[in-house]
Amino acid sequence: MSATFDPIAPRPAPVKTEGVVPWLRRNLFSNWKNTLTTLVALGVLAYLLPGLSDWLLFKAVFQRDAEVCQAARGTGACWGVVAEKYRLIIFGRYPLEEQWRPEVATILLVGLLAVSCVRAFWKRWLIAVWAVVVPLFFVLMYGGVAGLPVVETDRWGGLPLTIMLASFSIILAFPLSVLVALGRRSNLPAIRTVCVVYVELIRGVPLISVLFMASFMFPLFMPQGLTIDVLLRVLAGITLFAAAYMAEIVRGGLQAIPKGQVEAAQSLGLTYWQTQRKIVLPQALAMVVPGIMNNFISIFKDTSLVTIVSLYELTGSLGIALNSDADWRPFKIEGYLFITAIYFAFCFAMSRYSLWVEKQLNKSKRR
Amino acid sequence: MAAARMPARKRDWSWRSQAFRGVIYQIVAIGLIAAGVWFLAHNTLENMRVRGIQSGFGFLTQPAGFDIGEVMFKYDALDPYWKAFLVGVFNTLRVAIIGIVLTTILGTLLGVGRFSRNAIVRGFCYGYVELFRNVPVLLQLLMWYLVFTEVLPPSDAAWSFGGFLFVSKGGVQFPVPEWGVGQGLAAMGAFAGLLLALWYRQRKLQEFEKSGQLRDTFWPSVAMIFGGALVGWLVGGAPTEWNVPKQADVMVEGGVSMTPEFMAVLLGLVLYTAAFVAEVVRAGIASVPLGQTEAAFSLGITRGKTMRLVVLPQALRVIIPPMTNQYLNLTKNSSLAVAIGYPDVVSIANTAINQTGRAVECIALIMLVYLTTSLTTSALMNWYNKRAAIKER
Repeated sequence: MSATFDPIAPRPAPVKTEGVVPWLRRNLFSNWKNTLTTLVALGVLAYLLPGLSDWLLFKAVFQRDAEVCQAARGTGACWGVVAEKYRLIIFGRYPLEEQWRPEVATILLVGLLAVSCVRAFWKRWLIAVWAVVVPLFFVLMYGGVAGLPVVETDRWGGLPLTIMLASFSIILAFPLSVLVALGRRSNLPAIRTVCVVYVELIRGVPLISVLFMASFMFPLFMPQGLTIDVLLRVLAGITLFAAAYMAEIVRGGLQAIPKGQVEAAQSLGLTYWQTQRKIVLPQALAMVVPGIMNNFISIFKDTSLVTIVSLYELTGSLGIALNSDADWRPFKIEGYLFITAIYFAFCFAMSRYSLWVEKQLNKSKRR
Repeated sequence: MAAARMPARKRDWSWRSQAFRGVIYQIVAIGLIAAGVWFLAHNTLENMRVRGIQSGFGFLTQPAGFDIGEVMFKYDALDPYWKAFLVGVFNTLRVAIIGIVLTTILGTLLGVGRFSRNAIVRGFCYGYVELFRNVPVLLQLLMWYLVFTEVLPPSDAAWSFGGFLFVSKGGVQFPVPEWGVGQGLAAMGAFAGLLLALWYRQRKLQEFEKSGQLRDTFWPSVAMIFGGALVGWLVGGAPTEWNVPKQADVMVEGGVSMTPEFMAVLLGLVLYTAAFVAEVVRAGIASVPLGQTEAAFSLGITRGKTMRLVVLPQALRVIIPPMTNQYLNLTKNSSLAVAIGYPDVVSIANTAINQTGRAVECIALIMLVYLTTSLTTSALMNWYNKRAAIKER
């Protein structure tokens, strides 16, 4: 009996699920509708991309020459305007020969903010560094000490002003918002009412009306002879505005803490403030990090509104840089794109940081 | 001995009780706030007296003396201030309402696009959201305004799209039907169709409760509304006249015209807010567990019905509250129109402050307008939210 070995036909290899081709097949050509969408989208890209890249890059003018720019108008962007005016755009009306001061001050502040974002540096000495850098920032900007000429606050402008307004209003608004959020959940009716009225009132009006109030009405509120700098008034306005929004976010976190946590703390004999500080807030704040970071981003963007009350931060300084110069004024759109890129870089970095923090906080929850 | 095990009798009142301390804290807080308010009010009155600033809302009946570029009803410079403010309020509401409708459509498309099977569509939606929400809205408004006033052709050589739509520095012109009896009847017909559709839906729902037979109510309702409009239009003599804009020597004439200011505010607000709405919609859809969709599929429910009957009702619960916030944000951001000269209520108030010097009154008016809108909307939304909320124990 001769048995011949008769293998069954080999099965085809399984369909590859990784690599470029399967990815393309799955994501771009999975069925006829998908393929059609892909082809239409590619067609639109092929139609738009050459013109756009020509304008942005290949036919753009990089020389600081207004006449060359004028000649290339309509076919290529004029990045020469940025090269020519970037000092005015970034530093506003700050005196030219003193511009190293806002430069150093802003780099110090941004560096410290970046360092404070990393958990490994959350030590006691960080508070000491803050206590040094914040006064140093104002000394550098304002001057009047150590032979630095005084630069009045109405000449501050550009990116340093944007960063200053954003970071100080965030730093001031955060503790205020925690207090207001706690007040809104307090058992004491009078305090609760005050907090509710404050939050609802501020959240119901646009920021611009708060800024109008800070710039037009605030001088009337103060006693005779006492004037407060407009920069501080506007800073206070943004802080009060931001704190109301942030308080609602923090309240959301407070509401998510189970009541048993508070009751357990009370049964251990912790006082109200001990309970809040050691039990409730650490859990609540960790829960609302994404919301708070979003709020920080919107404060950063909202600082552009101070232009309307004549403080020339980044958006406003672009206006003063280009409006007065007839040669370069036609290229304002390139200037806008330049500061758009700056705003985008800051906001995008912040939102990436927020995602990273969220991931770190969720580590403990993942099994 | 039984008395010893009893807890100490709770005294009604004590100097050291928490309740008494609570009262003290509240009295102190109210006292401080009252003192603060009195201090500010006293200073304000004193300052006004010294500087000779008049106060009160009496100025509202005086003639405003300035013209407004964009009005929804008749207004001229001799009209009183209150009428100027009213023009501003209507302009604000106009941009807000149109903006909310457009934002909802665009934002929903972008949000759903994040779940597309096509990688290019997904990538585009992601890129759009990241780009537009990370740039200040004021900057976007200024940029659109610049595009409208500098990049577009002058109004004597407007871009024409098929001879119907004209785009130029003078704004955007598009055709509208000539208003007549027919259109009025059509609108009335559509309204009657809407009432009929609501009644029909109610009846079908009752039938469903009784018999378990579920009928489609969506398409019949659509048919009723459009049918009503069609009947009204036919009864009115089927008017087909359109007011079509035409290129004239210096400018485009006829049709409905939208100023560049209005277009810039609208475009800026819509494109900015749509990025946020897209995120809200995405989060809402993502919040519905995948198991729900899988369960619906395993019951043999079609894709479209799964979306409509299973996913969306649950997603809406998550979407509605933040969506309201975005609508309110859009309305409040419309105040930035002051930066490009669209005559909204803030811009009118700004002019009034410069002319009369009554900052306190004008800012109070601005705040009143926005507070009314915001509080009404949030009250409505809280009511809706209670209705849509999950019914638990």
